[in-house]
Amino acid sequence: MATQATPRTQVNLVGLSRADYKGHNSTLCAGCGHNSISNQIIAALYELNVVPENVVKFSGIGCSSKSPTYFLNRSFGFNGLHGRMPSLALGALFADHTLKGIGISGDGDTASIGMGQFKHVMRRNLPMVYVVENNGVYGLTKGQFSATAEVGLELKRQGVNKYFPVDICMEALVSRASFVARSFAGDPKQVKEIFKAAFSHRGIAVVDIISPCVTFHNKEDSFHSYTWGKEHEIALHDITYVPAREEITVEDFEEGSTREVTLHDGATIVLKKLERDYDPTNIFEALRVLYEAEQNNWLLTGILYVNPNAPTIFDMYNLPETPLNRLPADKLRPSRESLDRINEQMRL
Amino acid sequence: MSQLQPASVRDNGTVGNRIVNDFCITFSTVNGSGSATANTILLKSLFRMGIPVNGKNIFPSNIQGLPTWYSIRLSKKGYLARVEMDHLVVAMNPATLATEMKYLVPGGALFYPDDFKLDLERDDLVLYPMPVKRLIKEADAPQNLRDYMANMVYVGVVAQMLGIDFDVIYQVLDAHFKGKKKAVDSNWQVIKSAADWAKENLVKRDPYYVEPMSPLDGYIITEGNVASALGALYGGVQLTAWYPITPASSLAEAVMEYLPSLRTDPETGKTTSVVIQAEDEIAAIGMAIGAGWAGLRAMTSTSGPGISLMAEYLGLAYFAEVPIVVWDVQRVGPSTGLPTRTAQGDLTFVNFIGHGDTEYIILLPGNVKECFEFGWKSFDIAERLQTPVLILTDLDLGMNYHISPRFEYPDQPLDRGKVLWEEDLQNILEKLDGKWGRYLDVDGDGIPYRTVPGNRHPASAYFARGTGHDEMTRYSEDPDVWERGLNRLKRKIQDNRHLLPEPVIERMEGAKFAIVGFGSTDPAIQEARDLLAEAGFPTDYMRIRSLPFRDEVCGFLHEYDRTYVVELNRDGQLKQLLTMNFSECGSRLRQVSHIDGMPITANWIKERILSMEGK
Repeated sequence: MATQATPRTQVNLVGLSRADYKGHNSTLCAGCGHNSISNQIIAALYELNVVPENVVKFSGIGCSSKSPTYFLNRSFGFNGLHGRMPSLALGALFADHTLKGIGISGDGDTASIGMGQFKHVMRRNLPMVYVVENNGVYGLTKGQFSATAEVGLELKRQGVNKYFPVDICMEALVSRASFVARSFAGDPKQVKEIFKAAFSHRGIAVVDIISPCVTFHNKEDSFHSYTWGKEHEIALHDITYVPAREEITVEDFEEGSTREVTLHDGATIVLKKLERDYDPTNIFEALRVLYEAEQNNWLLTGILYVNPNAPTIFDMYNLPETPLNRLPADKLRPSRESLDRINEQMRL
Repeated sequence: MSQLQPASVRDNGTVGNRIVNDFCITFSTVNGSGSATANTILLKSLFRMGIPVNGKNIFPSNIQGLPTWYSIRLSKKGYLARVEMDHLVVAMNPATLATEMKYLVPGGALFYPDDFKLDLERDDLVLYPMPVKRLIKEADAPQNLRDYMANMVYVGVVAQMLGIDFDVIYQVLDAHFKGKKKAVDSNWQVIKSAADWAKENLVKRDPYYVEPMSPLDGYIITEGNVASALGALYGGVQLTAWYPITPASSLAEAVMEYLPSLRTDPETGKTTSVVIQAEDEIAAIGMAIGAGWAGLRAMTSTSGPGISLMAEYLGLAYFAEVPIVVWDVQRVGPSTGLPTRTAQGDLTFVNFIGHGDTEYIILLPGNVKECFEFGWKSFDIAERLQTPVLILTDLDLGMNYHISPRFEYPDQPLDRGKVLWEEDLQNILEKLDGKWGRYLDVDGDGIPYRTVPGNRHPASAYFARGTGHDEMTRYSEDPDVWERGLNRLKRKIQDNRHLLPEPVIERMEGAKFAIVGFGSTDPAIQEARDLLAEAGFPTDYMRIRSLPFRDEVCGFLHEYDRTYVVELNRDGQLKQLLTMNFSECGSRLRQVSHIDGMPITANWIKERILSMEGK
């Protein structure tokens, strides 16, 4: 059903222009990290040649959760309850297992009110990209601490934060998420490549993106600011997403300088080594580097962990090829004879 | 239970008279001892003999070691409510002997293991000691099964003393153990040797007998939760998300039990329905709402505490217009309350649940047949009206065995409501010059057309939300848009109340006043009406089966000066809702509240109404 764009417009392999991936104009603050993330979602899906009708968007409540209206107008979306996006997404994606889910959440929506559902959707390995637009602060309610705010952070009217922050990537890892990445909204190139990898991953893909709040929480010395992020970002690797149909040529990368992970759909993530060699298939290594980053005050970014072959929730059910929501009535109501048999059994 | 007085019991046993198929036998055991099998086998054997029976399990919220009672009432007249007194007691729990004494009628019989030390203050009982330990030893049962086998001793002794057909017991036993020969044989051996022992050693001195009646052809015996689950499966449920809670767990478990045989596609071998145990009730209803939004027939099942947690999500489903079915198998609240006792205390809560203006469709099945019927119908109503449907049963209806006419196959095809797939959408777009919107009232009946994810038409997608939205699904804070939307939601449900089950109205010649009730109280109210008629007070009766009320409800209330509203909650919740809806009738309604957690009895209703009548 993809509409043909006019010949002059540049189109992707499914004949869609970038405009076909757009949403409404953002009503978030100018400079909000979330807008940059929305743009990279648009870019990634355009470049991945994903048909928007094959994507469903979900969100909870908060500034982050408003953003699904700012991309993919041609995709269904459901802006649900605060902290309860995962359950909504899980139920909806069962209706048509060929759809790809993208859930947009925030640090309050995920790490405070939604921690329970966040962790349970990890262990169920629902095939969905789970984006946390993480700014350490409640925006829509005007500037309260969130659960990812660092100890000692001082905010106007709130005083000094006393509590230890939740590390969303660590929580995802210990809940057995099959894909965990951290990025920075100030590093759009990396955000886009991570999104491409996340969309190609078959399973839950957590992408925790530090996304500064320019209105309530953009102090130069705080963890969730542009300035601090730019000064302290340490990338684990340089990420190149190579789609399934393309061959990786040796000229592109120096031998021995990369690690490659082949995803379920045949795409490859090429991770070019930077300061050190990092194995993204080792969960202990992922936890170790996160701890190390915390101790050293780094904003560590990259694909921390990926297990391309973990069974998804759909593998655990004997689902038909035809999406459940397209099954005709005669597949849903058992026969009259079967009820006769039950009535007979209930005589004994 | 202060209201229980032996003097108020009808049909007191009198030694010398044969009392046939009209008494109550209670089995007092320790929970976790496996008595459920023994009790169920006796219950089903009586049913197979054609005798109307009902079993009530009075059990603790505990796994092992606390007292539990199982009462079977036999009634040749077909009265199936609980009765207040026992005619026979099988006392397997020495800790509760004093309690049993309070409920045994004069002339009643007490069966007990002969190693119990009886210290009875009563001399009006027939005593039947049973050599339980010796019989078990002789049966050479494995050590780990001896407690279970002890229950089979009383099956044999009681069956012998009452005259239960042993061929029938064998058939029921065989069906219970699904033909597993070893289990059937070992249990049968104990039953038979206990019966033989009773035949040789006990002299029948009580007046209670069973005799076969004309077979209950066309009847079945089952639990409400099983009936509800089957109704849902025949209604085409595709996603059941749930979280364990007494007394609702067995509903979802029954869905899981029947799902493989009923909902595996014979052509592909694939399932057409899934069950997910969620992490809590909020996630359970969230999954169901996600599925309902995306075009699946989706439901969740829970009890009061779970409903409390689901409040916010229900408001979203109401406002975003998502079809979903929610079963509330009620238990006693507030708070954790009495998880293993029965009540109808959630009615006003579910009626008003959620912040802001909401309105829910509530179905109120009164028997297992209606659990099945409303089980499938609820999906048709939910999808037609694009709104949550809540079904209220209770522990008594849900977890106890009830006899019932056979389940009837749905007499209407599935109604999937106004769903637009690619071609339908194309047609409607052409008809409306491209101006279709998800919340646009195209037909003027308040019910818009909806598309669901997976529809690949480029114009099919919309953004659902719990925030203000216009007919085209755009976010809106416009005052007129908000008011218009909220009023359409009201109209959508109010104008379509004819789709809901109508009240059941039954009349008696010369009725001076009426009784109104709902749900599991039906058998007790029916019996109470006969008692009241015998006492000179014929009554008319309306059993309400849905909310918002249909017009017939109002018409009925206007006919009487006095209407007694019988319900299992303290505050007269149905009476409150009737008063609110039909204020002109409010002063004619009288509250009859039964709140001790036990199933209501006919005698209690009769006495209460007579005293309110000044008699």
